[in-house]
Amino acid sequence: MSLRHDIVIVGGGGAGLRAAIAIAETDPSLSVAVVSKVYPMRSHTVAAEGGAAAVVKENDSFDDHFKDTVGGSDWLADQDAVELFVETAPAEMIQLEHWGCPWSREPDGSVAVRPFGGMNIERTWFADDKTGFHMLHALYQTSLKYSPITAYNEWFATKVLVENGRCQGVAALDLMTGKVETVLAGAVIMCTGGAGKLFPFTTNGAIKTGDGMAMAYRVGVGLKDMEFIQYHPTGLPGTGILITEAARGEGGIMVNKDGYRYLQDYDLGTPLEITDPNHPVKKSMELGPRDRLSQAFIKERDKGGTIATDHGPVVYLDIRHLGKKTINKKLPFVRELAKNYAGIDPVYVPIPVRPVVHYIMGGIDTDINGATQLPGLFAAGETACVSINGANRLGSNSLTELLVFGARAGEAAAAFATANADLDVAALEAQGADEQQRIARDFINKHGGTERIATLRREMQETMEDGGGIYRTEATLRATSEKLVELRERFANLLIEDRSLTFNTELTSALELDFMLDLALAVAHSGLARTESRGSHQRTDYPQRDDANFLKHSLAFKTEDGVRIDYKDVVITKWPPEERVYGRQAN
Amino acid sequence: MAQTIELEIFRYRPEQESEPTLQSYEVPYNEEWVVLDAINYIKDEIDGTLSYRWSCRMGVCGSCGMMVNGVPRLTCAAFLKEYYPRKILVEPLDGFPVERDLVTDMDMFVAKLTSVSPWIIRNEGEEKPLEEGTYLQSPGELAEYKHYSMCINCMLCYAACPVFALDTNFLGPAAIAIGQRYNMDSRDQGRDQRQEVIASHDGIWHCTLVGECSTVCPKDVDPAGAIQRAKLSSTTDYFKDLLMPWGRRT
Ligand SMILES: Cc1cc2nc3c(=O)[nH]c(=O)nc-3n(C[C@H](O)[C@H](O)[C@H](O)COP(=O)(O)OP(=O)(O)OC[C@H]3O[C@@H](n4cnc5c(N)ncnc54)[C@H](O)[C@@H]3O)c2cc1C
Ligand code: SF4
Ligand code: FES
Repeated sequence: MSLRHDIVIVGGGGAGLRAAIAIAETDPSLSVAVVSKVYPMRSHTVAAEGGAAAVVKENDSFDDHFKDTVGGSDWLADQDAVELFVETAPAEMIQLEHWGCPWSREPDGSVAVRPFGGMNIERTWFADDKTGFHMLHALYQTSLKYSPITAYNEWFATKVLVENGRCQGVAALDLMTGKVETVLAGAVIMCTGGAGKLFPFTTNGAIKTGDGMAMAYRVGVGLKDMEFIQYHPTGLPGTGILITEAARGEGGIMVNKDGYRYLQDYDLGTPLEITDPNHPVKKSMELGPRDRLSQAFIKERDKGGTIATDHGPVVYLDIRHLGKKTINKKLPFVRELAKNYAGIDPVYVPIPVRPVVHYIMGGIDTDINGATQLPGLFAAGETACVSINGANRLGSNSLTELLVFGARAGEAAAAFATANADLDVAALEAQGADEQQRIARDFINKHGGTERIATLRREMQETMEDGGGIYRTEATLRATSEKLVELRERFANLLIEDRSLTFNTELTSALELDFMLDLALAVAHSGLARTESRGSHQRTDYPQRDDANFLKHSLAFKTEDGVRIDYKDVVITKWPPEERVYGRQAN
Repeated sequence: MAQTIELEIFRYRPEQESEPTLQSYEVPYNEEWVVLDAINYIKDEIDGTLSYRWSCRMGVCGSCGMMVNGVPRLTCAAFLKEYYPRKILVEPLDGFPVERDLVTDMDMFVAKLTSVSPWIIRNEGEEKPLEEGTYLQSPGELAEYKHYSMCINCMLCYAACPVFALDTNFLGPAAIAIGQRYNMDSRDQGRDQRQEVIASHDGIWHCTLVGECSTVCPKDVDPAGAIQRAKLSSTTDYFKDLLMPWGRRT
């Protein structure tokens, strides 16, 4: 038995929903399945705060957005993809406005934009500081209008089904019944989001375990640029809850234990007084890119400038000078979060913050249509790597990326599925049955293990932070790789207590850990092989960027005995690499 | 010994048990923890078989709603210190069928949400082409519906609603608020279409204006206000229809 659709989308976040709507609008006769392990409105797009970038204002241009993105990426972004991205972004954002997204407005009724880190002109559209929330609900509610879209809510995909060299569906566990179902289609789009849970301290929700990347990796698809992990400079200590960059876009400043704006010591420019009408200066100081700001924190810590707390060292993000009115109007969620989760009111007290794992630049290797090397398999959103983000994503490019490349992947998958409607049903169903057996044997009916899921997960997260954090060396990455191999061995001895078929979340936690152990090793090996420093990947043993050898995407492949790393050239269309400069003039 | 706190948790596994039970757990007491942290501690360290939903841990994904000492709460926003040293009773949200442990059936809510056509509806031929850019919407027009758009679909309002408790056919607070969210949006022209559902027997007229929904709402959506407003404008429609059939809002 199997279910049959034209296209299966795994993931109901921003990328998945945008892809689904694109298909429904391109060809209403195609049936689309959206398989999601949570109800779509729970997807982590919901947590995005600051905004989504697209050129709309008179003083802005595609070229400016292009340059900010490519420079921000430390020249590792593919420039053909970035060109297409910046040019398509405005139409996508307008489309979302037509679908009801409540964008914040100027007095004349036009859409308002705000400055963001690494962007030379304000171009970030926002809906207060709950942009992702509003985008996701607008997309989700709009998707309910299209009858060709069938939602499989709380279905957990476990495997990509390949037959005859083509991806033809997925196996997915229906959480309510515990049955593994075979969902067949002419094309599959992975929209499963990021993998922040590889690390102990992250802004990412519990569901961000990189499942789609691991599923693609297991069927031989390459994972691109996995060594590039973004730390956001301003997370709340303890919980890792994000304080959006918009706080700095609106004029917030970063200070050390003496109230000193320490970023000026780390090649990020010279500060203007907060009363200066030109503060904040774009692409300078607090509006530098995330990788540089997170790295500056570590250096400041090593210099003794941070403040010690129960949750480790912190610095302060001070927005008091914005005043209560502006804070309530433009940053209400920041105030709500700081009050609830840090116990302080940022109207009166500076917010303690520290860098926190936020986003993974790497992901499933795709072309600009979302197609992977495996025919029939597409990917979009944070789980994919097109790449427009290169070695460092600019804040507010990701939400736009979901729309631009979600829609494109949807259209490309629709065309592929239409041309490849014949499926090897019997063989696929046999694969589905095998998958059901594997899950019963390895998990639900497994007896005698002693290792707790949470223990292995914690040890994995700790070793990732120790060896693959903001600064890395060959020695730390090696130690991490060895630890990960040990954890993989111990995984075979997992303790399983829950034998129930109804909503078994011990099972899903185990499957997620299984996925993450594969990904973690891919991250560590990609990092080991890249003997240079670029963007978010900083090797203290190789502190320079090395364009001669590494103006390349890394590709990690799963093999019998671990990870094989390969490379592919970056696409440069019009802007060859230069020095990456913030806060001062380039020479 | 370090301080601890007791959580008593509703357990029910349909294949193993015919009746729900309460199970008690002792967890370390940490001032900074929310109830969800304590539940995660139980799952991670004591009992892997406990099932519940959560993701964001920052009060925005809407998945962690439960009854905490009888009150519908987001467990990621309910701090242990609000209860300590008393024990905390955690049960699934009232009013919804329990699937397992703290997991309730959500499909009923999705059906209600879908029934109010929660998307922008434009009259035939009045869709603005993308090339013409965005609609204009003044900050004042935005403010008309903005708070209704803040609903995170957590369903706490349903768990608090006495009308829903007696009759699950009631459309309920959040679905009506979301319907109103689109009705009040200056870009929308679908009010008449939604009215069939919202003003039906199972819609606004079922509500007796107890207002519990607005009290428990963690996002100040004020669904009770939305219902009140929908009732008023629906009454106005009725009189307009009766007295001046030409004066109907289009
Ligand atoms: C706190 C925070 C703030 C952010 N702020 C911004 C911002 O201001 N601007 C910006 O541009 N970006 C921001 N980002 C980044 C951006 O929000 C994310 O990159 C983006 O939302 C990811 O969307 P997605 O659709 O790829 O994945 P998600 O929204 O994470 O959705 C993933 C989907 O995949 C499903 N899924 C996963 N695994 C499985 C499986 N095994 N089976 C079935 N379904 C599965 C999930 O159910 C979910 O529906 C922020 C991120 C965070 C964490
Ligand atoms: S109206 Fe409030 S309580 Fe009800 S679902 Fe929405 S956010 Fe939750
Ligand atoms: S976990 Fe998301 S609202 Fe509580």
